[in-house]
Amino acid sequence: MFSFILRRLAILIPTFFGITILTFLLIHLIPGDPVMTMLGERNIDPEMYKSMMARLGLDQPLHMQYLHYLGGLLQGDFGKSFSSQSSVWGEFAALFPATLELGICALLFGTVFGILLGVLAAIKRGSILDHGVMGLSLTGYSMPIFWWGLMLIMLFSSTLGWTPVSGRISLTYDVQPYTGFMLIDSVIAQIQDPEYNSGAFLDAVMHLILPSIVLGTIPLAVISRMTRSSMLEVMGEDYVRTAKAKGLSPRRVIFVHTLRNAMISVVTVIGLQISTLIGGAVLTETIFSWPGIGKWLVDAIFRRDYPVVQNGLLIVAILIILVNLTVDVVYGIVNPRIRHAR
Amino acid sequence: MMNQVLSKNVSAASVVEMSYPSPLREFLSSFSNNKGALAGFCFLVLMVLAAVLAPWLAPHDPLMQFRDHMLQPPTWQDGGSVSYLLGTDEAGRDILSRLMHGARLSLVIGFSAVIITLLPGILLGLAAAFFPNTAGRLLMRLADIMMSLPSVLLAIAIMAVLGPGITNAMIAIAVVGLPGYMRIVRASAMSELNKDYVMASRVSGAGVLRLMFIAVLPNCMAPLIVQATLGFSSAILDIAALGFLGLGVQPPAPEWGTMLATARDYITSAWWVVTFPGLTILLTVLAINLVGDGLRDALDPKLKRAA
Repeated sequence: MFSFILRRLAILIPTFFGITILTFLLIHLIPGDPVMTMLGERNIDPEMYKSMMARLGLDQPLHMQYLHYLGGLLQGDFGKSFSSQSSVWGEFAALFPATLELGICALLFGTVFGILLGVLAAIKRGSILDHGVMGLSLTGYSMPIFWWGLMLIMLFSSTLGWTPVSGRISLTYDVQPYTGFMLIDSVIAQIQDPEYNSGAFLDAVMHLILPSIVLGTIPLAVISRMTRSSMLEVMGEDYVRTAKAKGLSPRRVIFVHTLRNAMISVVTVIGLQISTLIGGAVLTETIFSWPGIGKWLVDAIFRRDYPVVQNGLLIVAILIILVNLTVDVVYGIVNPRIRHAR
Repeated sequence: MMNQVLSKNVSAASVVEMSYPSPLREFLSSFSNNKGALAGFCFLVLMVLAAVLAPWLAPHDPLMQFRDHMLQPPTWQDGGSVSYLLGTDEAGRDILSRLMHGARLSLVIGFSAVIITLLPGILLGLAAAFFPNTAGRLLMRLADIMMSLPSVLLAIAIMAVLGPGITNAMIAIAVVGLPGYMRIVRASAMSELNKDYVMASRVSGAGVLRLMFIAVLPNCMAPLIVQATLGFSSAILDIAALGFLGLGVQPPAPEWGTMLATARDYITSAWWVVTFPGLTILLTVLAINLVGDGLRDALDPKLKRAA
């Protein structure tokens, strides 16, 4: 087991260097001069321009810039934002809980309903329910989620007035960012000032519902499809027939004997959704004005804030790689055949 | 004696062959039995026709602003008129005409992106399969790196480098799709490499190129066709997402995602401006995915039985 994890970690090292080269080069190919952008493009004093270039290290040859960049990264220095002058890591750490909270809720939505629908479809194979679930799943998979978000806002926020349009909490509440997770912070605020902040938690929940549905739609589609096909596969196994033959209740056969074994491939698919979630977060956060890392990255691209784009992408990539590694290792623990095959 | 044996074998083979349908006929019957795939295919044909014939079929110029008819609702609603079937947008442009012309953009960009990716994807995938210890290792690491970023985010980053525009959107989407094709080709080529016919070809002196393109590649086509179909649908989604964020095709071009970029302001006042472009994207992508599913089932009987 230990050597399995070590082998997986060893593969990560070249991948990490590859990604740093990618993000480093990507940003140096961007048209437009960062110093010009920062100084406001017009009437620039040549001396000031030069000192600015030197301060940012942009006057050195490319390979020196890369080594400097890599050295900084290895010491945990992810650079400073051009526009706000605060550290990129600090900005990321402040905004990440918002994305994480949204991502967890979306994944919960997708997983719970996905597994439920997948199991139902597999049990009632060939029925109208099965066809309906598979149709819904394919529709969800084909959904342009930014439009889906707009449609839900149109129906539930504008027409019915059930949910708020954007943001994480109404401005009428005074919520301090203790943890960065609005669901927790709003409870703390409610306890600290029960009179002024009553209903803050419920308000935070209402703000989370639509973005979670939008972001969870594609995971829902993928998970329900995977659950169904993997359930059907397991239902054909001999041990399920044995379980049925020895007179176990259908419920026990489905949940204990079939679903548990079908979950092996479902867990992998859930792990793979992390990448989908972060990609989707870019669009979902833009629609709902959700102050998370997706919106942060897109805004940085429009501002030409090089360090934020570069290191924001790098942090996201490393995050996804680490999650995938964890899924791999968990999968190896759950299923010894994988561990020994490599 | 030899001839006799040979002719016997041939006649036996032809008898066996007669009792099986040809692969093409088997594929066609399997595909046409799949109602979803057939419906998707019909919708796609309509979409392609609408795109090709847009200059003649579309009731108006997609860029023409009818200033007296701004935000006019669709025909069937109060205040709608027959000359603007799906209504007009905030600048008084006919939405139906814009959607038809937008189909040209989306279909052409999506299709080109798939074609642009396909060639390097096949070459690199085959190289990775044939030289697993050198090219294979390097290319798979590269694929890992590219796949460690979500496709939308990678496409956004590339667009930030290249700047917005149709050609750049095509390139960004092509690059994003590359690792997927590489992996599919490599995986199916590697499973073919262990088979007897490849060994026979190798033993009889076939060179690497002949092995790659004459022996192995034709047998990798089934998963590749399916991947290309699904790649087409995700390309259309990605273009729309880029357009929506303002990084893809630029206004006033009638690209579906770009049309939605400003639609947010009309959620309360003009539902048709928001609804129709997205619905068109959804239906087109759904149709392509249905065709893709049908192709997979028809091309790979093993998967059909499992699903």
